[in-house]
Amino acid sequence: MKNKLLLIAFLVFAFISCQNQNIEPEVQFYVPKNFPQPVYDLSKNPVTTAVFALGKALFYDGILSRDGTISCGSCHQQQSGFTQHGHDLSHGIDDLLTLRNSLPIQNLAWQKEFFWDGGVFDLDLFAVSPIEAHNEMDETLPNVLNKLRNHAKYPSMFEKAFGTKEISTERFLKALSQFQLMCISANSNYDKYVRNEGVMLSTEELTGLQLFKQKCATCHSGELFSDFSYRNNGLPVGNPEDTGRERITLNEQDKYKFRVPSLRNVEATRPYMHDGRFRSLEAVLDHYEKGIVQSPTLDSQLKNGIALSTDEKQKIIAFLKTLTDEEFMNNRLLSEF
Amino acid sequence: MNFKYSFLAILIVICSFLSCTKAQVEPEIDPNRKGEITLNFDNIAGTKDLKLGENYTNAAGEQFNLDMFQYYISNIKLKTEDCREYVVPQDESYFLVKEEDTKSQLITLKNVPEGNYNSVTFTIGVDSLRNTMDVSKRTGVLDIGNAGMAKGMYWSWNSGYIFVKAEGISSQAPAGPDGQRKFRYHIGGFGGYSSKTINNIKTKTLDLGRDRAKVRQGKNPEVHIIVDVLKMFSGATNISFATHPTVMFSPFSVNIAANYVNMFEYHHVHNEQ
Repeated sequence: MKNKLLLIAFLVFAFISCQNQNIEPEVQFYVPKNFPQPVYDLSKNPVTTAVFALGKALFYDGILSRDGTISCGSCHQQQSGFTQHGHDLSHGIDDLLTLRNSLPIQNLAWQKEFFWDGGVFDLDLFAVSPIEAHNEMDETLPNVLNKLRNHAKYPSMFEKAFGTKEISTERFLKALSQFQLMCISANSNYDKYVRNEGVMLSTEELTGLQLFKQKCATCHSGELFSDFSYRNNGLPVGNPEDTGRERITLNEQDKYKFRVPSLRNVEATRPYMHDGRFRSLEAVLDHYEKGIVQSPTLDSQLKNGIALSTDEKQKIIAFLKTLTDEEFMNNRLLSEF
Repeated sequence: MNFKYSFLAILIVICSFLSCTKAQVEPEIDPNRKGEITLNFDNIAGTKDLKLGENYTNAAGEQFNLDMFQYYISNIKLKTEDCREYVVPQDESYFLVKEEDTKSQLITLKNVPEGNYNSVTFTIGVDSLRNTMDVSKRTGVLDIGNAGMAKGMYWSWNSGYIFVKAEGISSQAPAGPDGQRKFRYHIGGFGGYSSKTINNIKTKTLDLGRDRAKVRQGKNPEVHIIVDVLKMFSGATNISFATHPTVMFSPFSVNIAANYVNMFEYHHVHNEQ
């Protein structure tokens, strides 16, 4: 009898502890202490565990593409700061080349416009573009929704997330947004240093930070390391068809201007520039020092290039590497498997 | 001189009296009662009825046929002879008229106050506000995931709706990589979100002249509007398929929009007895 009781007690205990292990923490959006308020209106799409889980499943599912081979995660790989590692121009369906180098998916709640040219102004509307681009996923949104409606698992995932099995444009897009909103990168050594969380930067890194503030932070400003403006940074014209921001505004003065990218995780998001022409940070800094090409729309800050010695470049690069957020790139919550 | 003016004054008084009484002599009108009205968008090409795949000639003398012709009509307003305006509720005021879909050419407005309507105003395209609204406000023909939209009345890379889309073949158009001599006109542009750019939103008012669309409870008059596709290719700028086979989001598109605002014309009204 005593033994029996003990056994029951043991079983109950084991059951409870098992359950505890199965309870995943609730997914909640948060604003890192050193960040400004987000641009995205979270009240119209409050992040929940179930909608996030749906968004994550969609993000990593090739069902979004015509032949099932390309998912969002194909060109946005977590280990590379959600970019496509090792490609100058990203590859889409049938191995077709796209126009540009894929941008990292990080801290998008703080970004008001998307793409290198800012053509999309609402994160919720973003996903339609890669889905329907002939050289990315080459699918149509109505077709994607129909495939999901006839899928074994998605209708019940939509029900769990939204209360009914209905699969609508809004639900689909907002679920994808939730996954992207949760891609918050704010745990680099730099972040922990500025938030006084017990991490100290080396003398070299700190000097690099000072140099960065003097020489780079006009454009790469604030805690997101971008002012999100569109500028011509003096690159020789690569593909003359790709006139950048001018494609969106049709304004001559925007010719060959591209968005100033954030520099968070820059170490992991090689190669650089809108067309991925530079393979290293050294090459980027060399460009700013001595590679600037004069043109009518060249940014006025860059007319004479940026004076940088070899030593200064090294220090700036040492600082830039403190923006690498290993926790983000290894966060199980965001990973495919 | 005085006499001349008093005569004029009397004339005005009489006129306004007449137009006032006109409303009064029809006591059956009660704006609190609602009826319906149908706008019939009848696409034509010059003097002929428009049919996809049939040959026509543009003002530049080029032969062509269309395999797609569709456009948004939105923000509809109606005005009565006594200047009462009825504005269709915003959320219900977006329509996509497609040549390939006869039903889409009949826009029926419900809950319209009784009255003798003599003017119809609408937007060709989608207003800028709706172009920037949350995805939850993009329903029906504005739903970018709706199969009816599958033929792409939306630019996903440059967020915004395409207002008017015409595609077809002309032997004068240059051959593409597939050997087809296609022309493609995708006209849109709502003015830009954070930076100003082209704005091709056009508003059109059609005056019914002496005619009245008599909206009464249980009665549904039909206003027949003809839409002459040839006028999209002619006007201030004659469009040549040879020199401009593809016009999408570009400065030249404003010329086509300036043309197509004139392709809508009031033709006649059927009043139900």
